[in-house]
This record gives sequence, C-alpha cells and structure tokens, in this order.
Amino acid sequence: MATAAVGPETRVDYLNVDYGIKSWLLTTDHKRIALLYLVSITLFFFVGGAAAALMRLNLIEPNGALVEPATYNKLFSTHGIIMVFFFMIPSIPAVLGNFLVPMMIGARDLAFPRLNLLSWYIFMAGGALCMYAVIGGGVDTGWTFYTPLSTTYLNTNVMSAALGVFVAGFSSILTGLNFVVTIHKMRAPGMTWFRMPLFLWAIYATSIIQILGTPVLAITLALVGLERLFHVGIFDPAVGGDPILFQHLFWFYSHPAVYIMILPSLGVISELVTCFAKKRIFGYSFVAFSSVAIAAISFLVWGHHMFVSGQSIYAGIIFSGLSFAVAIPSAIKVFNWTATLYKGSISYQAPMLYALGFIGLFTMGGLTGLFLATLAVDTHVHDTYFVVGHFHYIMVGGAVMGYLGGIHFWWPKITGRLYPDGWARLAAAIIFIGFNLTFFPQYMLGYLGMPRRYAIYPPEFQVLNVMSSAGASILGVGYLIPLVYMIWSIRYGPVAGPNPWGAKGLEWQTPSPPPTENFPETPVVTEEAYAYGAKEVAVG
Amino acid sequence: MADSHAGAALAHQFEDLEQQHEAASLGMWIFLATEVMFFGGLFAGYTIYRNLYMPGFDAGSHLLNVTIGAINTAVLICSSLTMALGVRAAQLGKRKTLLTFLICTLALGLAFILIKLTLEWRHDYLEGFAPGLNFTFAGPHAKSVELFFCFYFLMTGVHALHMVVGVGVLSVLLALAWKGHFGPQRYNAVETAGLYWHFVDIVWIFLFPLLYLIGGRY
Amino acid sequence: MLGHVVPKKTYFLIFGALLALTALTTSVAYLNLGQWNTIAALAIACCKATLVVLFFMHLRWSTRLMRVVLISALLWLAILISLTTTDFFSRNWTPIPESWETSRLPLPSPPAQDELRTSRQ
Repeated sequence: MATAAVGPETRVDYLNVDYGIKSWLLTTDHKRIALLYLVSITLFFFVGGAAAALMRLNLIEPNGALVEPATYNKLFSTHGIIMVFFFMIPSIPAVLGNFLVPMMIGARDLAFPRLNLLSWYIFMAGGALCMYAVIGGGVDTGWTFYTPLSTTYLNTNVMSAALGVFVAGFSSILTGLNFVVTIHKMRAPGMTWFRMPLFLWAIYATSIIQILGTPVLAITLALVGLERLFHVGIFDPAVGGDPILFQHLFWFYSHPAVYIMILPSLGVISELVTCFAKKRIFGYSFVAFSSVAIAAISFLVWGHHMFVSGQSIYAGIIFSGLSFAVAIPSAIKVFNWTATLYKGSISYQAPMLYALGFIGLFTMGGLTGLFLATLAVDTHVHDTYFVVGHFHYIMVGGAVMGYLGGIHFWWPKITGRLYPDGWARLAAAIIFIGFNLTFFPQYMLGYLGMPRRYAIYPPEFQVLNVMSSAGASILGVGYLIPLVYMIWSIRYGPVAGPNPWGAKGLEWQTPSPPPTENFPETPVVTEEAYAYGAKEVAVG
Repeated sequence: MADSHAGAALAHQFEDLEQQHEAASLGMWIFLATEVMFFGGLFAGYTIYRNLYMPGFDAGSHLLNVTIGAINTAVLICSSLTMALGVRAAQLGKRKTLLTFLICTLALGLAFILIKLTLEWRHDYLEGFAPGLNFTFAGPHAKSVELFFCFYFLMTGVHALHMVVGVGVLSVLLALAWKGHFGPQRYNAVETAGLYWHFVDIVWIFLFPLLYLIGGRY
Repeated sequence: MLGHVVPKKTYFLIFGALLALTALTTSVAYLNLGQWNTIAALAIACCKATLVVLFFMHLRWSTRLMRVVLISALLWLAILISLTTTDFFSRNWTPIPESWETSRLPLPSPPAQDELRTSRQ
C-alpha cells in the first residue's frame, strides 16, 4: 500500500507505521486485516465475474455460442461458489466490518486480534482449494452441491471444492465470533446499545447468523465428502438414504447465508441515508430490531428452496407462511429510510447514488421474493430465470451496491484520500443501467419458462438473452471504472480531512487515516446516534 | 486496578483483566454454540433416519458393546472432574496441582481414544460392520443396519477428532504450565480449554444413550 | 480474584452424581419399558449434561449473556431438528396416485468406479 499524506509533518498512521511484507502478513491490526480482505475479495470478484462473462457470452446464441454444456455447468458452478463464498459472504463484514467495528464503538481493536488474522489465512486456504478445484478441471454441481449428483454420479473436482468451502466457513464463523464478543464487551463508556450506529446492529445480527448457521454447512459438506470417499449411503436412495435430507441440511445454512450477504448492506444503507440526508434515522429502534428479527426469522424459512423437491406439502405451507413473515422486517427498513429522506437535506454524492439505487432495486428483489414464497407461483418459476433475476436484484442490485456505497463512503477514512466524485457518479450510473439491462429481462425469461443452469435455450428467448448479455457488458465496464480511480486516488487523490462528509460517528472523530490504536484515549460517548441538527451540521 | 504483574497479562485491546477474562469466556461459549450446531447436523440426520428405520437401527445398536460404552462414559466423566480441578488449581496459583490434574485429564482422554480405537472400532471393522471399508452384515434390515453404522462411525469419529484436538490443546497447556505461565491473574487459557473439554464430554453423554441404549437392551 | 472458585467438595459431589446417573441409565436400558426407554435415556442424559454445564462449566456463576448463548444454540438445534422432522413425518399425509406408484422408473445405476476415474473431464 502507498504512503499516507506527504506533508511537512508526516503523521504516523496505521498505513505508514511499518513497511514491508511481514508487517502486513503478520499484522494483528484490524484495519490492515480489513485491507488484506479487500484485496483478496476483489480478486475473487473478478474471477467470479469472468465466469459470469463467459456464461453470458455463451447465452447470446440459442445453441450456445461459446462452450459445451459440460463446460457451461462448470462455469455457473464456479460463478456461484466463488461469488457466494469468496466474495459476497466476506465482503462487508470482513472488509468494512473489520475496519469499522472497533472504531465505531471506541475500541483499540477487536476482542481477538490474532484470531482475526487467522480468519484471513483460513479464508485464503479455502480460496486456494476452490481455485484448485476450478483450475484443475472444474466442478459442475452448482454452488448447491445437490446429492446424489455430487456424491455418486460425478467425477469432477467436487471434493476439493467442498473442502474449500468447508475451510472458508471457519473463517466466517471466527469473524462472527470476534464481532459478537467485541460488541458485547468492548463498547466505550457511554456507548449504550441504542447509541450504536445501525451498521453495528446489522453486523451483530449478521454475526449471529454466521455463528449458528455455518457449522451446519460444514457438517453437511463433510458428509458429502465422506460419502464420495467411502461410498457410504447417507444420501443414497439405494441404501435407504434421502437426498432431501441433504437439501434440508444444506439450506438450513444457505438460506440464512443470503441474509449474511444482505444484512450488512442494509446496515451500510442506514449510515449512508442519514449522512446524505443530514437527518437522524427515522425509527432507530425499529431499524435496529428489524436487523435482529431478520437474523432470527431467516432460520425458519429454508424449505422455500425445496417446494418442488419432494418435500411434504404441509411442511411447504409452513415454510411459505414464514417466508412471508421474513419480508416484513426488510420492508420496515425501507419505510424508515424513506421517512428519513423525507424533508432531509439531500446531497447526491456517489455513496448516496448507490444508496438510492439500492433502495429501489432491493425493493424489487424483495417483492419478487414474495412471488417465490408463494407455493403455487413457485411451482411454475422454480429453477427458472425468475429466481436468477430475484436473487441478483438482491445480491447485486442490493448487496454489491451497498458494498460499493460503503467503500466509497469510508474510503477517505481508510486511505486518507478522496476519490474523484465525478467519475464515481458516472460509474454508479453505468452500474445501475447495466444492472437493470442485465437482470430485468431475466424476470421475463423466467416467467416465460426458460430454465436456469441451461447452456442452450429455445430460439424464441434469444432477444431477451441478448439484452441481458449486453447489459452484462455494460455492468462489467461499470465495475472496472471504480477499480481504476480508487487505485489512482491512493497516490494522486486529494488528501482527506477527518470528516469530509460531515458525518456523525466515532470513526469520523479520528484522523484520516487513523493511527494504529484508533483513539489516543478511550472516548466517552455523550450524544445519541446520528445527532444531526435540523439544518446544517458542523464538521466533526 | 492493574498491578505490574497483571500488566504483563493484559492484552493491549482490553481495559482491564476482568474485561479480558469475560471476553475469553464469552468467546469460548460462542465457539461451543457453533459446535452444538456442528454436531447438531449429525444428530438431526440420526433422528430422522432412526425414526424412519427403527428396526434396523435397533438391530445395529444391539451390535455395540454397552459395557465398553459405559466404561468410556465413566472415563470421560473422570476426565471432566480432573479438568475442573485443574482449572481450580490454576485459579489458586497452585502450579504442581495444576500439572497433576492436566496430566490426569490428558491420560484419561488418551485412554478414551485408545479404548475406542482398539476395543470398539477395530472390533467392528473385523466383524464386518464398517460401511465403505468392510461391511458384511447379512442379517435382517441389512441396509438400515449399514446406515446405522454410517452414523455410528461418523458421530463417534467426529467426537474422537474433537478429543484429539482437546488432547493437543492440553499438551500445549501442560508445556506452558510447566514453565509457570499460569497464575491467579492469568489462567484464561486453562479455563477456556476446560470449557471445551467439558463440552466434548457432554457430546459423549448424549452419544452413549443415543447410539448404545436407545432401543432398549432387554 | 477473577471468576468464581468452586469448592472441591462440590466437584466431587457432582462427579458422584454423574457416575450414579451413568449407572442408572445403563441399567434402565435392560428393563422393558417400551417407549419410555428412549425418554428415560434422553432425560437422564439431559440431567447429566445440565450438571456438567452448571457446575463444571461454571454456568451457575456466569453472566446471563453466557446462558443466553447456550440456550440460543439449543433452541437453534431444536429448530433444525423439528422443522426438518415436520417434512419427513407429513410426507405420507398426501396420498400418491396409484398410477404414479406403478410408473416409477428404476434408479439409474451409478457409473462404475473405474469409469469414474477415466471418463473425460
């Protein structure tokens, strides 16, 4: 990483306190570990994105323009596994969470700094195993590893991929554990639960899901591996095993996992909306409790992935009803953000553009989720592009845009530099347009009946597919632009002050970039969260 | 507040020893919660299949040796006692007592693993009860019996793996205790290792009836 | 002094109780109680686990937060087992039409082991 502000007096901060590769690879500073994660997940993002690019290129033609179906299966599996486990799940918690959690509560570091570093190494080990699986022949089970395909009928790199995800899961667990202990035990004097930034509530709720859900994924993947290795019949109908049991165990984690992916983003949006409307969040406690409610209810709905699997219809009814319930806390958040914007003093810098885009796109994704939660509708659109459209609206239109908004918002704090906001707004607009062009046609394709995970399709679907692929290329350009100007800004961007946005929060009381110990003395908190005045707000 | 002795024991991110102690315990309890869910997946599968294939699972259960299982249970309960007494010794700063109890716990843990390996697993393998490796049981409900033994080896295997890790951790603690590392202000590691050890004992407390006793032995 | 120091006598008492309960559960298994064998075995196991948690793991003298952590884990495990079980137990409630039963195809046989190793990637 480059140096910080080069001025008459070079202040010591966490970036320039020590140089050399050992100071980075053996660091226990939560801020440096956050940057290690930032670089890693960006690399994984582009690997997963490359797989997506090849998929969309292939789908330009009904008979497959680029690859054989067997290769296509490996592409969508790679895309899913890398994006879910090595980009989405770590993204905000491991990057923004690691950087901000101690700073937002007024602590010097997380509760277990060495465990934090270990988490990163475990993550990289899992990533290496999955990259081996991908490069060394590929895996084609889909990111869902359904049995008995994965256990009995395939000869691809299922073992190494499953092992890679298994290992990476422990990184997720340890990060969540670290956050929960830190938030419980290390808040500064005066930082009560209800004075915490809502981002911390979101991270806390996410951590609960990581702690309680990920172990079940671990044991499930271990069972898949053992069944492949020893040819035992836990999920094999021929011996009395039940493939649906695999799906129950898998989705018990993987549904809450999608909330691991979105909850932190919801927390970021709360921060962005208050800062760029210069107004205290409307309904603070509602937003805080809704995060915890989402975490809790998310564990009760996994069967909605299995409506047509052979699961009993009575279980399906229960899961359907509970799935409607889980939408309610998300809706509460959207209402509260909207109420916050009302009569706010709104400015449209790039983070706010991402936040506004998020609110619209997340709402669309969420509403289509209700269609999927409806048993009768799901029977028709399950395993079609409707589902693909739904979760991409949430994951990409929602979570990724929240992540980008957060990265832009806290970039000055992290690097001590300002990025060029004009280019940032342009990129945000390109991403928004490209995203909608890519994924809105997919709703239509799914409704019309095009199945997902298919390399070829009937000719009447070609127009929509070409639109989607065109959108994907625009989206790709949109993602590359920030990469360029962010890296540029590290060396050439204008130097940032402690609080360029005039935001509230303990992290903005420190210099940019902050010193290693964050606060020279433990701060004492006396004001409520988001104590913005009615009109203008003085900086810092 | 912190005296000079405590200063060495206090990590930089904490304000005082009490905060550090509570954080360590909370951290281990949360880790144990993840372990509950980890074993829980296996327990869930076992519950489902047992209720689907009760005759076969009972038949499989009867092929296990209750006496050895009960002896192993007693061994682990003893090791929990010695572990708890070891933590107490660390709290009171009694180095020799701590060493004694750590060694006892270690020995009992190794005894458990040894009994499992030699008297149970080896026996089951030779008898032809090992799915995937050597399964030759040809009585009634053979397929369900095979499924039972899948779960038997999985659950006791994952448990044994946790015991091995526990033995490793105890060895490290033993080395540190030998050097006089622990004292009344500095025993978090012993206590958290103790929590882990007791948890592994509790898993066995459930495994024993679920695998050996649940169909009844009359 | 950090944390609560438990008297040795307490530990030995609990130890005795645990051994006694182990003997109890083993001997009860040899009695013919039908359904109640399972319930008895699990109930005794729960008692033993509670004793270990409260006294050996010091939960009796720990903060409420740690008890919440443990209860949450058990509750979540209960969610996993109970909701999964609702599926398996209610599958028979919907009758399958006769024509489906008779038209069931045989399962495809898995590829032979040597085929798996040599087929194209």
